[in-house]
Amino acid sequence: MIKNIYNLGDAALYCDFGNTVNKETNQKVINYFNDIRKKNITGIKNIAPSYNKLIIYFDLELTNYKKVKDTIENLDISTFEAAKTKIVKIPVCFDDEFALDLERVEKKVGLRKKEIVNQLISQKYFCYMTGFIAGMPFLGDIKEKIRLDRLETPRVKVPKGSVGITEQFCNIYTFESPGGWNIIGNSPKKVFTKDPTKLTLIDPGDEIEFFEISKKEYSKFNEQK
Amino acid sequence: MSKNSFKVLRPGINTTFQDLGRDNLYHVGLPFSGAIDKRNFLIANSLITNREDDAVLEFAYQGPLLEFSGSQTSIVITGNVNFKIIKKDTSEIKGECYKTYNLNNKDCLDIISTEKSVYGYLSVKGGFQINKFCNSYSTTVRAEVGPNDGKKIEIGQTIILNTVDSSIKKSLEYLNSKIEFIRVIKGTNFDYFSEDSIKDFTSKDFIVSKLTDRMGMRLSGPKIKNLKNTNIKSEGLGKGVIQVPADGDPIVMLSDHGTIGGYPKIAVVISADYDKLAQCPPGEKIKFKIINLTEAENLYKIYTMETKNIINKIR
Repeated sequence: MIKNIYNLGDAALYCDFGNTVNKETNQKVINYFNDIRKKNITGIKNIAPSYNKLIIYFDLELTNYKKVKDTIENLDISTFEAAKTKIVKIPVCFDDEFALDLERVEKKVGLRKKEIVNQLISQKYFCYMTGFIAGMPFLGDIKEKIRLDRLETPRVKVPKGSVGITEQFCNIYTFESPGGWNIIGNSPKKVFTKDPTKLTLIDPGDEIEFFEISKKEYSKFNEQK
Repeated sequence: MSKNSFKVLRPGINTTFQDLGRDNLYHVGLPFSGAIDKRNFLIANSLITNREDDAVLEFAYQGPLLEFSGSQTSIVITGNVNFKIIKKDTSEIKGECYKTYNLNNKDCLDIISTEKSVYGYLSVKGGFQINKFCNSYSTTVRAEVGPNDGKKIEIGQTIILNTVDSSIKKSLEYLNSKIEFIRVIKGTNFDYFSEDSIKDFTSKDFIVSKLTDRMGMRLSGPKIKNLKNTNIKSEGLGKGVIQVPADGDPIVMLSDHGTIGGYPKIAVVISADYDKLAQCPPGEKIKFKIINLTEAENLYKIYTMETKNIINKIR
């Protein structure tokens, strides 16, 4: 299932699952990720799953590239258990105050706000990966009608909670951060919890549904972001 | 008896609690963090006879000015740091790195600046009264996690120390050396770049720019020309990974880096040279040299052995 394994520097394994980005490939990445974590392999310090890659970091004082590569290549994949996933509902306010790039999106995709919002909230999304900033989910795939490129010049500061779209994906900015996605709303939901027993609300493999809330509901939302 | 503590009279530019870093959370978007210069971190804790993984205060460029309250404590500073101790009677002691000092009630520790380097470390006997977050004392400011609510040290705050009765007297002869080259291994997108650019990358000087912090180090120099694609599908990153965005200026990922990125990876700094690279301040020239994996693994063995030898020389 892993197409190729390379070294990334001297302390990481770069596992390539192929060039295509889709749910099927990503599910394989997630399966490997969950399985490797469960196995507690000597020296592995960190694992970063993404759309179609899995990067495994190890402690060079305890092991090395060759040893970890051998272990990963010889994993018995027949025992893979499908990861437990869940459905997470995320409230989003699309008020103009939050929809920073609405005009741009309207122009680029040729739809009005109401239709763009309807397109976004009318389906479930798959979480491909979390990261870049803590807890940020990369979700997909959004309807073709509302796909567009990222901003030509990224924002230096995207407000915390922003919901953005680009290409086939949408995301939630869990912290204020630089970023280039088209911002069309904001969620008051705390997606990165800082609770060590359950750090993230959304994990790779989960299904996400957005539902629209008014500005009044947003301001009354009883969760401090 | 009141607890030993520091009152922060000046926080410094980027002063945070750090330890050896936080494992196993890349998948939620939390990088390793931890002390950038691992060797100087380890030396600091060894000199003050703390545990290897005790927390220290890491500072960059300008360090903090701290007023000590309590009975007595022992401290040490490592790195290449200009500092002084202002005694209660206003007499001053010029500080030397790699040498322990005892502080008495109302003595001030003024960590003026790091010299020709970026990071320095303050270790206190017994450590700080702080809590671990996910098994680590490291602060990741961007995700607001770690001790001190995930924040940098701020003016006016009080830092509580674990009170231990001791008067440590230890020192070490050690000089932070520079190396001629930063050694790298070819990255996973090495073949995206033009032959001329690869030649430039491995022969010309790059200058550390001001856009450098614990997250990453931007370099300027010859523009690295991409022949294939200036974007890749977003994927994991790691400490020492060198990405080249469309503008052609390489960015080296440092300990607080974003965990996912979509720029091609030209090379990765070897583990043995990471401390030295990260200690290069803005304006410093660096040169890269490509080596292979086996060489890098051997150099890391030498690096860890050297660290042990240095620590064994503590008297």
